[in-house]
Amino acid sequence: MSDIALPAVASPRTRWLRRYGLASFGAAVILAWVIAAIFAPWLTRYDPNFVDVAMRLQPPSASNWLGTDALGRDVATRVIYGARVSLAVGMVVVLVGALFGTLLGAAAAYARGWAEEGLMRLTDLVFCFPPIILAMAIAAALGIGTVNTAIAMLVVWWPKFARLSRSLVISQRSMEYVEAAQSIGFGPAHILLRQIIPNAVGPLIVLVTLDLGNAILVFAGLSFLGLGTVPPTAEWGAMVGEGRELVQQWWVATFPGLAILTVVMGFNFMGDGFRDWLDPHAKRR
Amino acid sequence: MPNAAEPLSPEPLVAEPLLQVRDLRTWFLTDSGPVRAVDGVSFDVRAGETLGVVGESGSGKSVCAKSIMRLLDEPARIVGGSILFKGRDLAHLDDEGIRSVRGREIAMVFQDPMTSLNPVLRIARQLVEAMTAHGRFTAAAARSRAIDLLRRMGVASADRTVDSFPHQFSGGMRQRVMLAMGFSNEPSLLIADEPTTALDVTIQAQILDLLRGLNRDLGTAVILISHDLGVIANICSRVLVMYAGEVVEEGAPEDLLTDPRHPYTWALLHAAPRIDAQAEDRRLITIEGQPPDPRAWPSGCRFRARCPFAIEKCAEHPELLPVEAGRAARCWVTQAGGALRTPERAQPRAAAPAAPAPAVPILEVSGLEKHFPLAKESYFARQRVLRAVDGVDLQVVAGETVGLVGESGCGKSTLARLVTRLYEPTGGKIVFAGTDITHASQSAIRPLRRRLQMIFQDPYASLNPRMTIGEILAGPLILHGITGDAAAARTRVDELLDLVGLPQQSVQRFPHEFSGGQRQRISIARALAVGPDFVVADEPISALDVNIQAQIINLMVDLQERLGLTYLFIAHDLAVVRHVCDRIAVLYLGKIMEVGPAAALFSRPLHPYTRTLISAAPVPDPRVERTRRHVPMKGEPPSALNPPSGCRFRTRCPIAEERCAREEPPLLEAAAGQRVACHFPGRLSYTDARDL
Repeated sequence: MSDIALPAVASPRTRWLRRYGLASFGAAVILAWVIAAIFAPWLTRYDPNFVDVAMRLQPPSASNWLGTDALGRDVATRVIYGARVSLAVGMVVVLVGALFGTLLGAAAAYARGWAEEGLMRLTDLVFCFPPIILAMAIAAALGIGTVNTAIAMLVVWWPKFARLSRSLVISQRSMEYVEAAQSIGFGPAHILLRQIIPNAVGPLIVLVTLDLGNAILVFAGLSFLGLGTVPPTAEWGAMVGEGRELVQQWWVATFPGLAILTVVMGFNFMGDGFRDWLDPHAKRR
Repeated sequence: MPNAAEPLSPEPLVAEPLLQVRDLRTWFLTDSGPVRAVDGVSFDVRAGETLGVVGESGSGKSVCAKSIMRLLDEPARIVGGSILFKGRDLAHLDDEGIRSVRGREIAMVFQDPMTSLNPVLRIARQLVEAMTAHGRFTAAAARSRAIDLLRRMGVASADRTVDSFPHQFSGGMRQRVMLAMGFSNEPSLLIADEPTTALDVTIQAQILDLLRGLNRDLGTAVILISHDLGVIANICSRVLVMYAGEVVEEGAPEDLLTDPRHPYTWALLHAAPRIDAQAEDRRLITIEGQPPDPRAWPSGCRFRARCPFAIEKCAEHPELLPVEAGRAARCWVTQAGGALRTPERAQPRAAAPAAPAPAVPILEVSGLEKHFPLAKESYFARQRVLRAVDGVDLQVVAGETVGLVGESGCGKSTLARLVTRLYEPTGGKIVFAGTDITHASQSAIRPLRRRLQMIFQDPYASLNPRMTIGEILAGPLILHGITGDAAAARTRVDELLDLVGLPQQSVQRFPHEFSGGQRQRISIARALAVGPDFVVADEPISALDVNIQAQIINLMVDLQERLGLTYLFIAHDLAVVRHVCDRIAVLYLGKIMEVGPAAALFSRPLHPYTRTLISAAPVPDPRVERTRRHVPMKGEPPSALNPPSGCRFRTRCPIAEERCAREEPPLLEAAAGQRVACHFPGRLSYTDARDL
């Protein structure tokens, strides 16, 4: 059988890189931002809120790597500190929204009947409004502030998780292992939490990861419009907003914008990687 | 490989064979190395011949068929050999060349009629496109031909139904449409890949009859792929047995199925219970182990590790060599003239236990009903109700095995879920061990679940993929407080694994690491964890290969003897039910048609439905098949949404009279222990019984 020509088999390393290269790059970017956020005070010698009008609107230089803004604050420092707010709000909104939405959607799907119907109409209601407009309205009503904005975002965030988890639970509910658990005598709470949800968690993880970037973007958008953080706080969206009219001083808006770009891309790459990893079809190749 | 696997020509060559497959190798070139699915297969198909290909899942039979049609998806590739068809080598034809062969000269019919038709296109359009694609017919001619073909395939009022959508057709009807499409371009070869596996026995018999007739009338050669020896025996003039990517035996079914020359054929024959066999011991002859890993076939005979006849020479890879005129086998034992003797069956336990236990009914079901309301088509539309189970009376006595048979949609699975109270009945009464559980709440039933357990059909869906085997088995123990602490639970889990014949290391592993048969063992262990005395088995073996089926049947029989279990055994395979059960209930459209002792029911079926079901089940012996009298079953089962008036079976019954439409026959005792719901019990069966 030596005459059978087999195509060259890619080395495991090449194969791994082809599949997960971009995802691990994304993960590295996110990791770098998380480290920067945690160790912000050690990474910079400036105070993010220290106003020095004499130093206003300095271009990037050796002392201020990314220049200074209209109040003379160091842009690099504020970008690093801004990661704290953006990452924290993004993660809190998505994780709390995911937890709440998933449990509600799963319980409704398992219970069926009016509970399911009611919940789905409620999600329809939220979906009726453009999410950012609804969040703006709620944030404006609650008053400006990081926490209030996060709450406003949560209100528009959970329904998508409720929808996804409902459809996942419905597809699992008819599996024989659920009937087997019922015939053994397990109660609904055990079946839902211990048996069904672990099987539905894969797509949810993908959505959570992809959504983190989205949440950060929406929060930055709200801050840009003046609805997010209260002024002196360093926040990327707000910084872009502050720099939007400074066309000559491009660095004021560009660098926080790049920060948003890298974080959102990082989460998207990671989410795609998770999807590949969890997809049984792609695994065989 | 010189002169390696030159297939034999039983008669002197009449003409060039239609199809010559030589040393075909189709491998899946995966990242973890080649999977040698088809590994050196050679055979011929002569014009007008019917060739059967049998083997268990993974033996390479479907990949072989797909290779001929070149319907291979990445990473599968033909890496060697040739497929000569009318002077062309299909293995090396370009895409355009193979397209002109597909559908035009070689047609294929697939297993699943539910997915092989496009759901959004009308039947007419699909048939017409199949014909006009090869430019042999104009659209108008194709349409009238489509109607003719459907009529030939036995589709009622074809000129009207041709404009239906596939979802308006039942599975059997769709398979007829697929056959019409297959024959539409008058191919010289039709490949049918498990064409009847997804169908009920009565519909299977109709389709096989049709296939036989088409082969005879049109002279189209047929390659019929099946795992069922009975189906093959029914139609084919020559049989190939495949194992581990190779042909291991070839010959006429008369010889091959009565006097197999390869131990694998022998094992296949003995593992399947036969409907015409006299009941002996309930244990079947099985072979150990699993088929080898296709990534690394063993160097010697690939069947050696499982072969009960293996000799020293088997370490060397045997070739497919003639054993007799028209027969070949890939086996050293039979080459050397050795015989494959059937071992003595384990002697049935010395008579029956001296004092038969008093007949205590453990389960009593009376007038049981389950109606599923369907979604209304509009707000004012009448509520439609699916009467899945519609008035069933059944008693199960402690220690016996009661079989529940019927075609799909007859309500047998619903009945199983009612008895185990996964569903709540709409009407009637269920008494389990003296307790009325008809409407008991789940928490009220929970203590009884220790005695009442269930085994499920699909071993791939019935185990939670995210839980280890240890967790799956310990769950019930902890829930019911059977074992005190973790260590005791661990010991009990080990005992359970031992009971079903799995190694104790399995505890740490996940379900996907096990094969179908092993998973079904785990499923059985889980049901037995709480120490039940009554087990409902819902088609426990229908998703498994023949040999694995036999292993699971043996296990269930063993467990019944050791633990004194009572089974309610649900299946659609009559031979299996006959083999395993003491008493059998035949279900049709949610009602019991006949119930009685297994032996009596099969030797003297009193209900015409029982009679037709038995006659439709194929027997893997062409000589028996030829002498059996087949009672043709008309049409398809009616919908349970709107069952016929009077007797539900009358629309398909060969002896129905006007009275049957008016009066519903009650289930009455017609012979000792045998109850029948028919106005004319035995009228059909007495004249035909001896033919079985």
